[in-house]
Amino acid sequence: MNKKIESKNLNLYYGEKHALKDVRLDIKEHAITAFIGPSGCGKSTFLKTLNRMNDYVKNVTITGEVTLDGEDIYDTRVDTTLLRKKVGMVFQQPNPFPMSIYDNVAYGPRIHGIKNKKQLDKIVEKSLKAAALYDEVADRLHTSALGLSGGQQQRLCIARCLAVEPEVILLDEPTSALDPISTLKIEELLMELKKQYTIAIVTHNMQQASRIADYTAFFLVGEMVEYGQTKDIFAMPQDQRTEDYITGRFG
Amino acid sequence: MENSLFVKKYRISDQILNILIRLSSFLSTGLLVVIIGYIAIRAIPHFSFSILTHTTSVLKGTVGILPNIINTLYMIIVTLLIAGPIGIGGAIYLNEYASNKTFVEIVSFTTEVLAGIPSIIYGLFGMLFFGEFLRLNYSILTGSLTLAIMILPIISRNTQVALQSVPKSYREAALGIGATKWYMIRTVLLPSAIPGILTGVILAMGRIIAESAALLFTAGSVAILPTNLFTHLFSSGATLTIELYIQMGRSNYDLAFVIALVLIVIVLVLNFIAKWISQKFDVNKGV
Repeated sequence: MNKKIESKNLNLYYGEKHALKDVRLDIKEHAITAFIGPSGCGKSTFLKTLNRMNDYVKNVTITGEVTLDGEDIYDTRVDTTLLRKKVGMVFQQPNPFPMSIYDNVAYGPRIHGIKNKKQLDKIVEKSLKAAALYDEVADRLHTSALGLSGGQQQRLCIARCLAVEPEVILLDEPTSALDPISTLKIEELLMELKKQYTIAIVTHNMQQASRIADYTAFFLVGEMVEYGQTKDIFAMPQDQRTEDYITGRFG
Repeated sequence: MENSLFVKKYRISDQILNILIRLSSFLSTGLLVVIIGYIAIRAIPHFSFSILTHTTSVLKGTVGILPNIINTLYMIIVTLLIAGPIGIGGAIYLNEYASNKTFVEIVSFTTEVLAGIPSIIYGLFGMLFFGEFLRLNYSILTGSLTLAIMILPIISRNTQVALQSVPKSYREAALGIGATKWYMIRTVLLPSAIPGILTGVILAMGRIIAESAALLFTAGSVAILPTNLFTHLFSSGATLTIELYIQMGRSNYDLAFVIALVLIVIVLVLNFIAKWISQKFDVNKGV
């Protein structure tokens, strides 16, 4: 499988704190890659470096290289708007805008200059269908998104992300605020989406990683300890620390 | 019955406190009612609609406050046009763009000091700087510029608080799908912050309507109807509060009370409009 994103010698500092240490990791196309590890291990920080969301955090220094299809995303010539069109992000807490369901999904396309009503209608419908939400909201597209349930809101956020037709979707613990049934729906959705998109997901939940991820990377105090096919990581981890973590000896 | 649960429910200290609390809440609302009632009783016998629609003229023998009403509205509009963009823009800059913490703190501190200065001092500054140094003399413009400085802290402070209360997750979501910062501010931040920003603007309007000390030596005390709205900006114009002050000085209490009533009605109406607008534009209330 092709490498979609490659990071090499990636170091990240929050002020003095060394938060990511020489991370080397490839994310393969049309697969789900999961990042696991205990709180504060750097897995979310790493995810955010992949579409430069750390640009907005004060006192962050990043060295090393992250490439998307071979292009360095930290090159000074990079337009972050174009980068984030290709690499979308879904966050831990469902965060729909206080607008209608329609306007939420149309937000991204509008940024990128699509004004035509018919075209927007099509994109909204297509994205909501892709996020398995359309049937539930078809009759109330123009009501506030804040009236949806938590699980629906998170699928709306996925639809909003899909509407700009990204190539990569980053998800930062997308189900940790949801109930088991909503979680299951989102997991099924991700399995479906990986056919078209490249997916990277941070999760606290090892069962979730083992259920949906093709590849898994284990992080510990800023280091990427082990990376491989999910079945290998869970069946025969190479590193003692990985084994200790997945067998529940710490975390 | 020593161990019965059915003991007296009210302890004496609770009861005293209860009475005190009721008394103080009654006093605060009661005072408002009494003041408004007193003003209404004194004003209504002398009130006529011709007062609202005429100019005081010794030659024609008419009494009226129409010029003062126009001046007050004019003063509100011009002052808000000056202070609104600066105050809101400044708050956006401080909250969203400024990265130098010391700078932000200095500006915030200065703003707070500015808010605590007695208004007569603004009047003194306005008279000397705008009136004499910039040669704008006694004029509505001089008054508006002076009031603009005075209300700047109210607008900017309220805008800042409103912006800070917008969840961080909205910003992340917008930036995460490629919005530029300004696009995010325009489409997500400001719409969510509008109720708070409007509260600041309405409070500022209240200050403008109520102000007399800062206007006495900047906008002056002339009360004639404008012949041209643009040139009117450069001519002296007494607002309702200034007129009230003048009439009290002349022991003309009947007219003073009528003006007071008009002022109170304007303030009440503004408050209701503010409430209505805030609710109407509140995007955060969900369905």
